[in-house]
Amino acid sequence: MTDAIDLRQAGSPAVLPFRLWREAAWAALAWGATAAVTWGLPDVIQWGATGLFALLSAAVALVFLALAFLVPLRGKTEGALIHYGPWYIALGLWLLAWEILTAKLGWLPKPFFSPPQGLLHVFVTDWDRLLICIAYTARLWGLGFFLGITLGFAAGVGLGWSRRFAYWGMPLLKLIGPVPASAWIPCAFFLFPSTFHASVFLVALASGIPVAILTASGISQVNRAFYDVARTLGATARWQVRNVAIPAALPNVFVGLFMGLYYSFAVLVVAEMLGAKFGLGWYLQFNTAYSAYANVYAALVVMALICAGLVRVLFVVRDRVLGWQKGIL
Amino acid sequence: MALDTTAAVQPLGLTFDRVSHGNDIGKSVLPVLDEVTLDIRPGEFVALLGPSGCGKSTLLRLAAGLEQPVRGRVEGDGKPVAAPGPDRVLVFQDATLFPWRTVRGNVESGPEARGELAAKRARVDEALALVGLDAFGEAYPHQLSGGMAQRAAIARALVNDPRLLLLDEPLGKLDSLTRLNLQKDLVRLWQARGFTAILVTHDVEEALLLADRVILFSPRPARIVQEVRVDRPHPRRRDDPALIATRSALLARLGVLEDV
Repeated sequence: MTDAIDLRQAGSPAVLPFRLWREAAWAALAWGATAAVTWGLPDVIQWGATGLFALLSAAVALVFLALAFLVPLRGKTEGALIHYGPWYIALGLWLLAWEILTAKLGWLPKPFFSPPQGLLHVFVTDWDRLLICIAYTARLWGLGFFLGITLGFAAGVGLGWSRRFAYWGMPLLKLIGPVPASAWIPCAFFLFPSTFHASVFLVALASGIPVAILTASGISQVNRAFYDVARTLGATARWQVRNVAIPAALPNVFVGLFMGLYYSFAVLVVAEMLGAKFGLGWYLQFNTAYSAYANVYAALVVMALICAGLVRVLFVVRDRVLGWQKGIL
Repeated sequence: MALDTTAAVQPLGLTFDRVSHGNDIGKSVLPVLDEVTLDIRPGEFVALLGPSGCGKSTLLRLAAGLEQPVRGRVEGDGKPVAAPGPDRVLVFQDATLFPWRTVRGNVESGPEARGELAAKRARVDEALALVGLDAFGEAYPHQLSGGMAQRAAIARALVNDPRLLLLDEPLGKLDSLTRLNLQKDLVRLWQARGFTAILVTHDVEEALLLADRVILFSPRPARIVQEVRVDRPHPRRRDDPALIATRSALLARLGVLEDV
């Protein structure tokens, strides 16, 4: 620090003291070590994309090395990139340990544990089949989930608003609602013309029931005074449903949507494992049968990313739709 | 403030004819109103005063048409009040703004619900200006103070050009300074628009400052025990000796001693 002050007093252009983004430097070291170990040490048996994995790790290490110098130069001290600094180090170390324990030492039992290059190999060689499976899963999930939440929401509004509808519908919902959707699998597969229809039904059931229950309870909990206000303003029943009951119940509806989303994932995979010819659930099942565990892990990674992504999307939608709640919650 | 641009309304005359009412509380019916007969002239400002829980609010709900009396008749301009309608708007103790709508959206809700919004957009702006919230149209209710929320609720009522404004302790939960300001505003709005107003309140002073007539009720089931005509001109001063004398008399009647 005193050096810098001396320099400025001497009239030379201000030189910033040398600064380094420490976490990125450590991350570069960890990823670099992974690359070195992967490349330098021999594999216990042949795993596939060893060279590619070493190359990718080295590239990531270089990126972090560059960031370690560039980020302080830009004068950035916060933001998502910097916030996750420790994670970059942890990921590098995780890969390093994983690489050593599986590929280099072979300590973990062999068909069940695959090294990073094994997973990479799957993505490189089997990507087309994975993509087709993702498409099939997306079609099944999309149809089932959106059908389920649409019907569930409509049923929930009816149950919450109309006494007569609730009289007949509520006992049924209370009886059927708690049964896990997967318990319907044996019946579903012979009640429907194809396994695809049966699977759509199961996903729709799993996602629709929590939406129906929470929508109904949300609408029946609406502050009565809001209806009094609407009535004195001359509102029709229809206007009250659309502009009072539904907006007031939306926070509950979103709780139902989140529950439905999680349930839909659970049922989706089970349904695909049982009857489907393609799809991520089928992919898991098929590769387990062949002891291709690297493929199983690869599919799990894909599923984790997709499911987490969908949950994230729902959060974004909720924050948009329920923006008026800020400060109330 | 552009008061002259807002057309005065045709005020509603209201009659309660031997009205009795009860609230269903499970097994039995709790009597709330007992043979209340009251004539309110068009354009009159009447304050209903009485111990809490005596049934004053029920009277307002009957006038609004939200409930039907068990016995007796409620008539507006000689016709029975059968259902709620925008010519008789109720303002509650809680502002009960729709939290998912902006202040403007709340004020618009009446015209929108009746399909008149396109024709009434200018009136919405006017109503917001009238209560001093023209800069807060896009704010959400949770961003407002209690006084501002209550102003917004009043604007939401006024935009419908009510012929009868029913005020159920609208200032009851506000701090005393906000309260003083809103009391003045209520008188100003009432004078400008000419609607009939019925105000339920616990506050004797508030009743005397605002109303042409103060009706005193007994504890539940409510009966009218006294009527006081207040003919001091507006603006009234709370240190007006005539009002102070009336206030003492009313407080005594309510069972509160002077030195409390």
